[in-house]
Amino acid sequence: MRSVLGRAAEMVRGVRWYVRELTDESAYDRYVAHLRTGHPDAPVPSRREFERMRTDRQESDPRQGFRCC
Amino acid sequence: MRTENAQNSPRTSRTTPRTRTIVVWTVVALVGASGWAVLALARGENVSAAWMVAAALGSYAIGYRFYAKFIAYKVLKVDRNRATPAERLNNGIDFHPTDRRVLLGHHFAAIAGAGPLVGPVLAAQMGYLPGTIWIVAGVIFAGAVQDMVVLFFSTRRDGRSLGQMAREEIGPFGGAAALLAAFAIMIILLGVLALVVVNALAESPWGTFSIAMTVPIALLMGFYLRVLRPGRVTEVSLIGVALLLLALVAGRWVAESSWADTFTLAPSTLVVWLVGYGFIASILPVWMLLAPRDYLSTFMKIGTILLLALGVVFALPTLKMDAVTDFATRGDGPVFAGSLFPFVFITIACGALSGFHALISSGTTPKMIQKETQVRLIGYGSMLMESSVAVMALVAASVIDPGLYFAMNAPAGVIGDTVQNASQVVGSWGYQISPQALAEAARQVEESSLLSRTGGAPTLAVGVSEIFAQVTGDGMRAFWYHFAIMFEALFILTALDAGTRVGRFMLQDTLGNVYKPFRNVSWKPGLVITSGIVCGLWGYFLWVGVHEPLGGINQLFPIFGISNQLLAAVALAVCTTLLVKSGRLKWAWITGVPLAWDATVTLTASWQKVFSSDPRVGFFQQREVYQDGIDAGKVLPPAKSMDDMHTIVTNSTVDGVLSAVLALLVVVVIVDAARVCVRHVRRPALSTLSEARYVESKIVAPAGLFPTREEKEEAHDAVGAGQGG
Repeated sequence: MRSVLGRAAEMVRGVRWYVRELTDESAYDRYVAHLRTGHPDAPVPSRREFERMRTDRQESDPRQGFRCC
Repeated sequence: MRTENAQNSPRTSRTTPRTRTIVVWTVVALVGASGWAVLALARGENVSAAWMVAAALGSYAIGYRFYAKFIAYKVLKVDRNRATPAERLNNGIDFHPTDRRVLLGHHFAAIAGAGPLVGPVLAAQMGYLPGTIWIVAGVIFAGAVQDMVVLFFSTRRDGRSLGQMAREEIGPFGGAAALLAAFAIMIILLGVLALVVVNALAESPWGTFSIAMTVPIALLMGFYLRVLRPGRVTEVSLIGVALLLLALVAGRWVAESSWADTFTLAPSTLVVWLVGYGFIASILPVWMLLAPRDYLSTFMKIGTILLLALGVVFALPTLKMDAVTDFATRGDGPVFAGSLFPFVFITIACGALSGFHALISSGTTPKMIQKETQVRLIGYGSMLMESSVAVMALVAASVIDPGLYFAMNAPAGVIGDTVQNASQVVGSWGYQISPQALAEAARQVEESSLLSRTGGAPTLAVGVSEIFAQVTGDGMRAFWYHFAIMFEALFILTALDAGTRVGRFMLQDTLGNVYKPFRNVSWKPGLVITSGIVCGLWGYFLWVGVHEPLGGINQLFPIFGISNQLLAAVALAVCTTLLVKSGRLKWAWITGVPLAWDATVTLTASWQKVFSSDPRVGFFQQREVYQDGIDAGKVLPPAKSMDDMHTIVTNSTVDGVLSAVLALLVVVVIVDAARVCVRHVRRPALSTLSEARYVESKIVAPAGLFPTREEKEEAHDAVGAGQGG
């Protein structure tokens, strides 16, 4: 039996997940998870380093993340 | 090489009760059909926007359920066992399998922009019916098909861009023509979008102030994300949106204060500011201005589109525009010249079929899609959503008084600059509106004048404020008007920055062939030079548009529409070639017919723009008329001086040559594609197909937005193997 409260909490979690995914706020967590599973020996960058690397990538190829008219 | 792999048939719907499905889809079909029936048959009475919404949504549902499904499973044969690039090449950054609901949002935010909002507003000159028919039919049979098929083929090619696919599948010649066309189109796009902003902000201290404030807000957000709290996008976006709304409210205070004069800028001053902004923004690091602006404009874009959808559904306003106006047949409309065929299709452009989407559907999205089966939802579904935005823009343009609509969208050279004069001229077209009503409309949105506010954005803003004011009351009308202006200007400015960067990238790549260092994208002198060239080019069109005696939008918007539709022709030609080469010859009509239609419409429009003997339509005829005037020493209206006459002659020549060159480039691509198709049919052994090899997928994910019962069971069985979400 799940209470109304539990259901509401689940909905809030769902919305939070969606917003984080849509804004790509979750990119760092995803990258770290990817490194941990795929390349356990690779050094894990800090969030600051990771976010810098991401914008630098966009700098070098502006077609990434381009939007339309 | 052709990869014939295990054909999985998606026959899963058999187990659901068939009768229920039949009943549901019959009801949907009836809703759509009744919408169309009322729109088509109602004459001389006011029709509710509800019918337009019903017609559009009913048709979209049918198109998605039947046509898109047929294309996905019968033609493309999407394979749910085949791993996508996101799964095979997962690097945790740009290649990563993304939940379909998230990717739908991403892709939609990337394809939706100012185009589908502006085009339908201008096309309303011919009445709401032709526009609605093309927006809905065009998207179902052409626009959404293009987006889905490009997405599918790019997914099969590790997310190759449209240009790369053109080069690999058609050949270097057609590929080069496609690249050159894409560059020219980008320049025209930026020039015309900037013109829309100038026309919206000129002489409007409120709008200019709030838009100017977006720059410090974005800088602040950029600093926050770079230094204070890296990656916290949601919180910084909320802060940004709050500041943006504050800037919007503050705009009214500024407009009523002694600062008003500082922010009341003439169009030519705004041109200098915009070109300067575009240049500086494009050489600054991405994190400073572009990335934060992008978050801000995406937030505002999705929010406003949702608000508008709610507004239209709640208010269900009445359409005041005629279903079909006389301008449709006579071809002498003040907003843009030319008759319904081909110009209504050219003007609507993005809302029904947009070449630019092919650049998003190849490149970014294919690297993130989880399953091939999801191309229907992401490619076709997103485009249906974009089309519904275009329908809303058309509703917004049709709910305002037609007299006001024409007074706002006709060039100053035609209606003059007093309300008395405008009222008289618009009245002579058969749309009565008193000078008092025109002045009152401007006062209600707190603008000094609404006459000749061409470009679509101000008209859309008046329509939006009309719809929202029906929900929130009249007191908020001016706020909503400026809210809509801000929202459009915001993402057009972001597009100027991003577009300049893309154009520069193409230019660096090309110049790199001549002088090596240019190819290094971080070589500073090269960066500044190429940015300067790109800004100079679109700045030229912007300058010309602002100083055009015949009306900048009137002259340039058709070239913008033609170039967008020509890019779509390139994309459809690539798709058709790929269908033929991948052994789907009998289904080549899926993109072949839209290609034939699009090429006919666009090349007819180009032909008329170049060769028409009507000086309102044909650029060279126009040139001749005004040149003869100069030779005879006469000043012909709407020119006011000999200088104006010379300006018209120069502009018409540039516009005419440009139209001809663009059309030629696209003809080259189509002919080259046809050559490759014919060769393949005759001697298949000569063709190569650069499809990525087959790898079995381990991801379990539903194809559509809502998982079917089978998909739920499958996901249940595969717990642990799938994605954590």
